[in-house]
Amino acid sequence: MTDFGFKLSKSSAVELDKVDTTLFERLCEASPDARICMNCGSCGATCTAGPYSGMSLRKVLLGLQRGQDVRPLLSGCMLCGKCTMVCPRGINTRNLILNLCRIYD
Amino acid sequence: MKENVVIIGGGIAGMEAARQLLLLGYHPIVVEQKDRLGGHVGQWHRLFPDMASAQDLIRGLGEEISDANIFLETKVNSINRLRDGYQVMLSNGVNVACRSLLVASGFQLFDAARKEEYGYGVYDHVITNSDLEAWFNGKPDVRIPEVPENVGFVHCVGSRDLKAGNLECSKVCCMTAVKQAIEIKEKFPSARVWCFYMDLRLFGKKYEDFYLGAQQEYGIQFVRGRVSEVGETADGRLQVKAEDTLTGKPLRVRLDLLVLMAGMACNPEMTRLARMARLDIDSDGFLKSLDNIRSINASNRPGIFFAGACTGPKTVPETLAEARAAALDIHRYLQKGL
Ligand code: SF4
Ligand code: SF4
Ligand code: SF4
Repeated sequence: MTDFGFKLSKSSAVELDKVDTTLFERLCEASPDARICMNCGSCGATCTAGPYSGMSLRKVLLGLQRGQDVRPLLSGCMLCGKCTMVCPRGINTRNLILNLCRIYD
Repeated sequence: MKENVVIIGGGIAGMEAARQLLLLGYHPIVVEQKDRLGGHVGQWHRLFPDMASAQDLIRGLGEEISDANIFLETKVNSINRLRDGYQVMLSNGVNVACRSLLVASGFQLFDAARKEEYGYGVYDHVITNSDLEAWFNGKPDVRIPEVPENVGFVHCVGSRDLKAGNLECSKVCCMTAVKQAIEIKEKFPSARVWCFYMDLRLFGKKYEDFYLGAQQEYGIQFVRGRVSEVGETADGRLQVKAEDTLTGKPLRVRLDLLVLMAGMACNPEMTRLARMARLDIDSDGFLKSLDNIRSINASNRPGIFFAGACTGPKTVPETLAEARAAALDIHRYLQKGL
């Protein structure tokens, strides 16, 4: 291809009304509490694996609603359950993560 | 003869103060510019947190102040200092001498058209919180589609906005947005609803319950990011842009209805009164209380008191409580004859 000296970048904008949220909806069927996360970040802050693997349940839940592939994040979770202890919404986070893994399988 | 107390403003602050002053044995004279009592609340539908009827509140207050002297469609023309009180001249030709006055002139809803980027009055499906309440009350509105698929709420319209000259938070509109989002979902269960906020300021009794319910039962989505602009697509839908500040990504969404949470701005009538009665204005443009902790109801002028949103954004219960406090302040002031 001829090099014209410039390229077109793909827009990184998320089309909120077109995002495919099927996975998130399926997760909500298994764990309805997925809806009540308030993005406080406690789970990510306390996550034992987070600083090394980038795992943050907050990012997983938000990413799902923005159409991102969150498997790379999920794979960093070692299911220790520590995030369950700190979530102020009382979400059974460990169980939610397991349910999400099952949906991906 | 019962002693006159002039109350400027016939919204909930003025009405509640009149009710209390009647009970305390005074003769309240309520001066209202509009042709009805009730102010902003009189045009509202349901009030959080109990979803009580705003109309019932106004009707109830109205019945209880039927012994007060109420002048509708009337303005204050001048306020002059007498030796131990004030001479108040009204636009209907009535002159009242009183030792004490209550300013309950309220706020003005921020004119959403001033935020041009949101297209109020330009695009077909952009309305305000106040328009939506009027519609809930049965007033037809062609801007609201029969069955909207996607609905957005924009928080902080004309509030927390230095450029718009209104730096303060209007306090009630986060909760109003959550309430109205729920009401929209109840009317249109299949609609998808997004609230665009900078912070969710849900400070009052049961407000967090509404937030939790909005997520849990209604699937309303809260997006942290201020709507930057609204446009129209070729097929007549609205296109809204915001940054999803939690993921750091720009967002676009097509909507069938956009509701702007217009905030509480200074009422020009209040500014006019301040000039007439030489009342101090605070740095936020609202009337200046003697101090903001112990004497919110007191002004810099003897015998002149404040109640409600003339000193800054207030909720309905806060306004009612202030009106009661102001009535008591007036009572004490008149008894001491200071
Ligand atoms: S369960 Fe997973 S996400 Fe939660 S703290 Fe443990 S490693 Fe982190
Ligand atoms: S701790 Fe709970 S509420 Fe907070 S971000 Fe994590 S899942 Fe959401
Ligand atoms: S109450 Fe909420 S919407 Fe209203 S001005 Fe404050 S932060 Fe903005």
